[in-house]
Amino acid sequence: MDRIPILKFGNALLVTIQVDMHDRLATALEEDLTSKIVAHNSRGVLIDISALEIVDSFIGRMLDNIAAVSRILDADTVVVGMRPAVAITLVELGLSLTGVKTALNVERGMALIHDRLAGSEADDADDQD
Amino acid sequence: MAAQAGVGVASLVSRNEKTILPEWVELQKKAGILHTGRISEGELQSQSRNFLHLLHEALTQGGTDTSGAAYEPARAMLADLSRTRALQGFSPSETATFIFSLKQPLFNALNRDGTLSAEQIASTVSTSTALLDELGLFTLEIFQKSREEIIVRQQREIAELSTPVVKLWEGILALPLIGTLDSQRTQVVMENLLQTIVDDEAEIAIIDITGVPTVDTLTAQHLLKTVAAARLMGADCMISGIRPQIAQTMVHLGVELNVISKASLADAFAVALRQTGRAVVKTRRIEGFALPGKKSGGQDA
Repeated sequence: MDRIPILKFGNALLVTIQVDMHDRLATALEEDLTSKIVAHNSRGVLIDISALEIVDSFIGRMLDNIAAVSRILDADTVVVGMRPAVAITLVELGLSLTGVKTALNVERGMALIHDRLAGSEADDADDQD
Repeated sequence: MAAQAGVGVASLVSRNEKTILPEWVELQKKAGILHTGRISEGELQSQSRNFLHLLHEALTQGGTDTSGAAYEPARAMLADLSRTRALQGFSPSETATFIFSLKQPLFNALNRDGTLSAEQIASTVSTSTALLDELGLFTLEIFQKSREEIIVRQQREIAELSTPVVKLWEGILALPLIGTLDSQRTQVVMENLLQTIVDDEAEIAIIDITGVPTVDTLTAQHLLKTVAAARLMGADCMISGIRPQIAQTMVHLGVELNVISKASLADAFAVALRQTGRAVVKTRRIEGFALPGKKSGGQDA
């Protein structure tokens, strides 16, 4: 069965969706991602959907779910590279993915995660004082 | 019977072409066609001559059936004429006069013609009246259609004109909205904005609604959709230029825009600059104020 590769990138995970998502693939990704977050103790998840042309409500829900699960496991989810047509579709479907952070491209998304990590490390340092 | 009547009218036209044409043109002039200044006398002459010629041919070939193939050239010419006149800004009655003013010269010719019996005259009158009425209606219909086409085209142009996306700074876009927002326009606005966000890699988009006359629940929903879509793409949105009355109406309606909103575009721009880590600094002091003892360089405001 096809799987979407999940790459470890420092203390973040990078997922690049380059095929059309069907429902089973989406469910598998959700499960894989959850176990990888725990396994690598990751603090951020970056999902690049710049190649995704078609979304439906299920994929939208999946993105929301991933974000919710990651948040419980103390990792930030950033969705990057969404196409205009996809954004419009999701909004029309009523899925504005409020729990998900977004960025224009992988670079900015990574910067977002790093900022957050730097912030939380500073907090930790403050706590130790 | 119809073909016979057509031949009757046709022969009447061909026999009296020399008198009908000047009379017809004269009548059109009297109706004030030339006073509008939109058409020259020569043009009117040639249009009338052309049409009379085409009408004559159609009558001899196809009788009085104006929807038939024989009338194709005459109809095409009429369509062309009314379309041109619609574009030139003629009124409907001015356009219809072209056909209807042909009746009088035709009847005059009929009266002068001594060879016809009373019965023939009566049938020719009724045939030609019906014929010209049909053609007149056709002219008006085309005229109306052309006007509608113009309106549709202008609407589209207005929609395109009123949705520019302006780049204020590296990574900061502004979208000054002007006019009422309906679903169709919102769609265009949204697509424009999102595409520009991708092209310019913008981080912040400011939607300025100074030019939006009213904001009702529907408009607010459209705005929120645009903001949500921009957020999904990874850009932050701000709304600026909400006028006092509109702010009141929105509160009364219970509309809530859960985005950063600023009173003016300038305020929103300042926030955008701050969020992207930039600041505007004054580089030169105005001399007259800063150093009153010194002579001002002639550049103070």
